[in-house]
Amino acid sequence: MYRGRAAELLGGIEPGTRVRVHKGGRTYEGILMPRSELGDDRHVVVKLDSGYNVGIEVSGARVEVVEGAERRVAQPPPPPPAAGGRVVSVLGTGGTIASRVDYATGAVHPAYTAEELLGAYPELAELAELRARVVFSILSENMRPEHWRRLAEEVARELNSGAEGVVVTHGTDTMSFTASALAFMLRGLGKPVVLVGAQRSSDRPSSDAYLNLRSAIRVALSDLGEVVVVMHASMSDEVCAVHRATKVRKMHSTRRDAFRSINSPPLGYVGEEVVLGEERRRRSEGEVVADTRLEERVVLFKAYPGVSPELLEWCVDRYRGVVIEGTGMGHVPESLHPGIERALEEGIPVVMTTTTLNGRVDMKVYSSGRKLLSMGVIPGEDMLPEVAYVKLMHVLGVAEDMDEVRRLMLTSLAGEITPRTLPEVF
Amino acid sequence: MLRVGFEIHQQLDTRKLFCGCSSELTDSWELSVRRQLRAARSELGEVDRAALQEERRARWYEYQVPRASSCLVELDEEPPHEVNMEAVEIALQVALLLNATPVDEIHFMRKIVVDGSNTSGFQRTAVVAMDGYIDTPQGRVGIATVCLEEEAARKVGESGGVVTYRLDRLGIPLIEISTTPDITSPEQAKEVARRIGEVLRATGRVRRGIGTIRQDINVSISGGARVEIKGVQDLALIPEIIRREVRRQRWLLEVAEELRRRGVRAEEVGGERADVTELFGSTRSKVLSGIIKRGGVVLALGLRGFAGLLGGEAGLRLGAELAQHVRVRAGLGGLFHSDELPAYGISEEEVEGVRRALRLGDGDAFVLLAGERSRVEAGAEAVAERAKQAVQGVPEETRAAQEDGTTRYMRPLPGAARMYPETDIPPVEVSRELVERLAEELPELYEDKIERFVREYGLSRELAEQVVRRGEPELFEEAVRLGVAPTVAATALTMTLRELRRDGCEVERLGREVMLGVFSALAQGRLTKESLPEVLRELAGGAELEEVLRRMGGKATEEEVRRLAKQVIEERGEFVRERGEGAAKPLMGVLMSELRGRAEGRMVMQVLQEELRRFLEEAEVKAER
Repeated sequence: MYRGRAAELLGGIEPGTRVRVHKGGRTYEGILMPRSELGDDRHVVVKLDSGYNVGIEVSGARVEVVEGAERRVAQPPPPPPAAGGRVVSVLGTGGTIASRVDYATGAVHPAYTAEELLGAYPELAELAELRARVVFSILSENMRPEHWRRLAEEVARELNSGAEGVVVTHGTDTMSFTASALAFMLRGLGKPVVLVGAQRSSDRPSSDAYLNLRSAIRVALSDLGEVVVVMHASMSDEVCAVHRATKVRKMHSTRRDAFRSINSPPLGYVGEEVVLGEERRRRSEGEVVADTRLEERVVLFKAYPGVSPELLEWCVDRYRGVVIEGTGMGHVPESLHPGIERALEEGIPVVMTTTTLNGRVDMKVYSSGRKLLSMGVIPGEDMLPEVAYVKLMHVLGVAEDMDEVRRLMLTSLAGEITPRTLPEVF
Repeated sequence: MLRVGFEIHQQLDTRKLFCGCSSELTDSWELSVRRQLRAARSELGEVDRAALQEERRARWYEYQVPRASSCLVELDEEPPHEVNMEAVEIALQVALLLNATPVDEIHFMRKIVVDGSNTSGFQRTAVVAMDGYIDTPQGRVGIATVCLEEEAARKVGESGGVVTYRLDRLGIPLIEISTTPDITSPEQAKEVARRIGEVLRATGRVRRGIGTIRQDINVSISGGARVEIKGVQDLALIPEIIRREVRRQRWLLEVAEELRRRGVRAEEVGGERADVTELFGSTRSKVLSGIIKRGGVVLALGLRGFAGLLGGEAGLRLGAELAQHVRVRAGLGGLFHSDELPAYGISEEEVEGVRRALRLGDGDAFVLLAGERSRVEAGAEAVAERAKQAVQGVPEETRAAQEDGTTRYMRPLPGAARMYPETDIPPVEVSRELVERLAEELPELYEDKIERFVREYGLSRELAEQVVRRGEPELFEEAVRLGVAPTVAATALTMTLRELRRDGCEVERLGREVMLGVFSALAQGRLTKESLPEVLRELAGGAELEEVLRRMGGKATEEEVRRLAKQVIEERGEFVRERGEGAAKPLMGVLMSELRGRAEGRMVMQVLQEELRRFLEEAEVKAER
């Protein structure tokens, strides 16, 4: 909040208090606003009665509290109305979809609870009986594997206690990692688990949160039995795409339609109705088990011109599994070959993916690829690098030996490998 | 007592406020997207009433995206870039010219506007200065704030519940100047608007042309309420709009008094409603039968004690006010009210039927609403609410100015809750050094410039005023620097252009570059001042300067004039013989128009008179023979 000279001037007056700031023969009357931590310590911010904030430099200023004025504090939105019907659990994890203005940093920050989020969109309760709960509240860049584990357990618990589907609100930056992790960890999944987020925060009238959330709830009630990501399909607020957890990637830093299915078409679309293709896994009955075993010592290593071989050696010393983002069809500079060879000799699996994201690795075409294959590098087929990274953590957590690791990495466990690639997906 | 305040919005002539796009408007667009907006809570947890009303309509917005002037920022697909400091400096300069004090730190706010005119659902706006003033002959008027904000998108159409905007205008920097409500007469209001407009133009960095400056006028009278009239583009209309609004508020106060005299109580207004669809089953009203055929309903709403108050003089009809609310808030085409019935195919019997259905007496009125059930119900709410307000007096509201000086209801006045901080843009410190530098570089105000033009260039005061107020003072000075005589340049930029405009020429084609080209040709003697109007006319018609100069440029030689004169005289031999030397004047007109100003009048006259004399002498000789 206020510090330094501004804090001195205020002498403990709390933000939210009505004040008069006198300076240079002029008086600014309004509500004292909090100051961003990133702002300097020479200005105080007052919200005038017109609604405008202005910053007043502290030198020569004098602050007076307006007595008898009511202190204004933010009111939380009303809780969502209770409604009967099919139950959808909404689990909050933070992110832009659950964010609002934060005065500590002056930026958007997760602050809404899941209840508050739904309270802002009361008409969502018409779709289903929504059970909202916050599991944790963090920006998705701060997500760690331990969060995936906890989330998998919470999702399994909700599904096993009567929910038709689960919606997870999540930051968009690493949403596809979490989606993959859930896809690999949830065994026997026969209901929809829908990850949803927003690219524009929920406190903006133009937020994409409402359409995304409404669509996610619709998908959670649909005939689907797998983990998906539901986000805007275009820059318009009309249709959301349903992406398979293991084939989706955030491909734009800011656009609403940032999420794209890579190497396969989306599973379906949601407008007023949910339309799903034949490729999807359908809804089925049965107990869901969260197998949360993960080997966290896996590294995602990018190959590029000039990459330092020592960096790879350093990784091999510390990690139990390596996923390489190779160039083109799955190549690396020869300078990396010794490191890769050593890893494989030491029983550390090395999985090859591609920086092109689109397309399949094929290491048989050029001799450099053939050499890597002969060393024992596992070709990652058309898996996205991040998906291969999460999958290797999971596989190392569950597999008994190197042969099983290889077998599982080459098997599609949650739709992450597609046997054929259609021309229209690129 | 009349109290008037202003908000003046002026577009700046720079790139956009928060991105690198140009501020040019375009006719074409390459992409469109469709969006919806929802009201958000302000940081204090309140929802704005104007925003709520927009949201209730669940509108779709379609945005046309011209590549030349919009990017992901306008599309609300990318956060705003850093603020355009050139625009900040212009705003601060205007603030200083208006004797206002800059704030120490500029904080951009999000002003919630969910009518779709901003893709984000808010307008970014910041106070840059406060507490200024401007003097008028009728007294000093305070300048409450000078704000810098982004212009809204351009509305290009509306149909079937979809409002279409084009994004080229969105984000153009806009200065908003708000006066205190110190203005006490319509004439003073006009004077204030004129003077502020001059201050803005004095910077030389504001956009000119239709729609680049707009006034919102706040009007209230004793016992009335603050009514904001938006979008006044024509300065000349300001006094008329204010006078009409005063009349409207006085009339509303009279209506309220009459209703109270009749014993009408606000809380009881609008309760009686009846579905009268069946009653109109075989109506001869084309409007109603069409709606019923499409599955719509007809709803009657009783207004006890309102008889005779719904109709009346244009602009002062409660029926029209109710209809405006119904249009805006329920999206219905309008309504029928009992003061105008029977008419429009609605029969006496049907009117009586409605009265029976609502159990109305002679002093009571009703309105009929027809359409989709949900819209009709929303319409009934709108009518009931507005009719309740009629008992209380003048409702606070925002109205839109029409071209004829009347206004129509737009929405309730927005409250202060519609502001919250724009956290994507860091505050901008206004340092003392910056203010001092801007204060030193302040542009010359119009009054000072007029004085100087009279003094320095010997223009008459009238011509100087015209050049400065309505012409292009910068262009004028450039022309003089090129060597054009000041009076010639000033006349061309004022009277000549005005005449061409009056004749329907496209004077927009005569931009700065074109005019400078013409002035330098003039200075180089490649054309005469007499041919200037004709040259400009050709250029306004789309011709190229070089081509026009080839065709009509260059002064005509005496030889050429003589040849032409001979030709003109011979062609009109009869006439000349009849009138003798008196033919000179009429022939002079013919000759000058043939020459299109390419020769000095005095020389032409001299040559013409010589040739006339020669012709007449020869004719005499011939006759004698």
